[in-house]
Amino acid sequence: MKIIVFIKQVPDTATKIVLAPDGKSLDETNVNFVINPYDEFALEEALQIKDRDPLTQVTVISLGVERAQNALRSALAMGADGAVLLKDEALLGSDAGATARVLVAALKDVSFDLLLFGKQGVGLDQGQVDIRVAEALGLPHAGVVVKLEIDGGRAVAEREIEGAHEIMNFALPAVVTAQKGLNEPRYASLKGIMAAKKKPIEIRDCAALGLRADQVGESGSLTRIKKLSLPPARKEGHKIEGDPASQAKELIRLLREEAKAL
Amino acid sequence: MDFRLTADQKGVRDSIRELADKVLRPRAAAFEAAGEVPADVRRHLAEMGLFGMLVPERFGGSALDPLSYCLAIEELARACAATSITVSVSNSVVAAPIAAHGSDEQKQSLLPSMARGELLGAFCLTEAHAGSDAAALRTRATRTAEGYRLQGSKAWATNAGWAGLFIIFATLDPALGSRGITAFLVRSGNPGQPAGPPERKMGLRASSTAPVYLDDCEIPSSDRLGEEGRGMAIALETLDAARIGVAAQCVGIAQAAFEEATAYARGRRAFGHPIAEFGAVKAQIADMATDIDAARLLTHHAASLRATGAEFGCQASMAKLWASEAANRVAARAVQIHGAAGYSADSPVERLYRDARVTTIYEGTSEIQRLVIARRLLGSRVHSTPISPGPLA
Repeated sequence: MKIIVFIKQVPDTATKIVLAPDGKSLDETNVNFVINPYDEFALEEALQIKDRDPLTQVTVISLGVERAQNALRSALAMGADGAVLLKDEALLGSDAGATARVLVAALKDVSFDLLLFGKQGVGLDQGQVDIRVAEALGLPHAGVVVKLEIDGGRAVAEREIEGAHEIMNFALPAVVTAQKGLNEPRYASLKGIMAAKKKPIEIRDCAALGLRADQVGESGSLTRIKKLSLPPARKEGHKIEGDPASQAKELIRLLREEAKAL
Repeated sequence: MDFRLTADQKGVRDSIRELADKVLRPRAAAFEAAGEVPADVRRHLAEMGLFGMLVPERFGGSALDPLSYCLAIEELARACAATSITVSVSNSVVAAPIAAHGSDEQKQSLLPSMARGELLGAFCLTEAHAGSDAAALRTRATRTAEGYRLQGSKAWATNAGWAGLFIIFATLDPALGSRGITAFLVRSGNPGQPAGPPERKMGLRASSTAPVYLDDCEIPSSDRLGEEGRGMAIALETLDAARIGVAAQCVGIAQAAFEEATAYARGRRAFGHPIAEFGAVKAQIADMATDIDAARLLTHHAASLRATGAEFGCQASMAKLWASEAANRVAARAVQIHGAAGYSADSPVERLYRDARVTTIYEGTSEIQRLVIARRLLGSRVHSTPISPGPLA
């Protein structure tokens, strides 16, 4: 079977976020970029299907800038067969809707049985692109999946819903998004890293995708980022000194007068 | 001169670091207590391809460039020094010389299973009476109708307990000196090779080290590695290259000790302040960092020379000399910064201090490294004819 995994390169979740001078983007100095962790679950699931059925072809696709090649290279090192980078100046600033339009364009004339995404991309965390792609292609969509079984042309997915798990049974092709718990992503082996060096990364721009500049990027988006701001810094704690009796007394006073909790 | 790593080199380093931090570092103390790198961990490392780092790709290895190999060994040593020597011995002094000097048949039958980590290697040059003076080895090889019979005993063989393949250096005729020495491949399970008792060691206690006995050990002539009389040349060439890996191991041990020391200095308070705020501690931290950087740069330089095919032996000895002594200095300082806490057997720096100790002794002592460096620099000038680089050179 043919599986396409969409991956997004995001800042490592341990990154200390610094805003760029334009106030609309991140300062990328000292930022370590990684594959979106939920996308890693999606990729691992595809690779496990490939482990069971070696005829399976796994292709990873990413919309991104030049450095996204590193994320694709990591995916190839983990075991993906092919990689495509959708890269064009005009794509910058695409919102979820425009991004979905680009991904759908990338799927034109491509055969597939399964589209896998992470349940959301850490950073903006909108969790929209996968749903929009499924809608545009008229495919079944199973989101936030923690268990996936493929049998012939059908799939059974177990997904998290509030307070319960829902079992979905649907025909392929379909869109499935991965939640933590679906699997444990593998490490790239040294052999995989060396093999990845020899696998080509196909790069496609708007022209190759058959998209006009006004369909993508900011001009093709219904939303745009006007301003980013950091959450207010937390106020420094207040340490109460002294013996226990006077500490208690001071605490009561502060709770009453400053916190107004009493 | 550009000191930046390539994207591929960073990829190797980062993936090994991630693996080592998750799989090795949290269990390094437990490995030591158990006296072994557990089989499941060795299997995990094997699946990652770590035993095939120096095996050519056509035999299933990843044929890392020398610098990537250093980065991998440093990351392993940073997490668990005993694991790093287990991995590096099988790669650099067993798989590498087989790839370089083995017959096609030897390469085809041995290297794929070495790359998969199913067949680990041990290198047996040293004997109880022949350490630095390796040419004085006494293990005898006698020609037989079918091949050779080996008789003697080897000492301090790393991986002896779990190796499936041993490279044995033995002499066909002691009168020939180093020109009589020949390399042989012996499989575990050969009835002429009974297991020896594990050594009780100061450090690297999770690595396997034991004598290897050869008692009428019969092998076919197809298991000779290289030509008769070429053994010493193979050993010297192998050790020259392997030294860079030992230097990388030392950098990893030093780096681990440094990280422990800085974390402790930030957290430990005395006289109302973290001890990292005191000049005496800051000076030690600065010296440790400088020592490590010098060691790492020497190591990477030797590896880069080797990658370009240039003469690297002298730089490899310099790297091994400096890095091993730096590892000892840095580990000792890390213990000092920890005070009594570092003297506790429960402290990682106590283990690192002991693990560092052997590095100025094995794979060529500091004394031998200095001899090699001086001879390579002075050799042709102080003598009318060049001096041979010496046994463990």
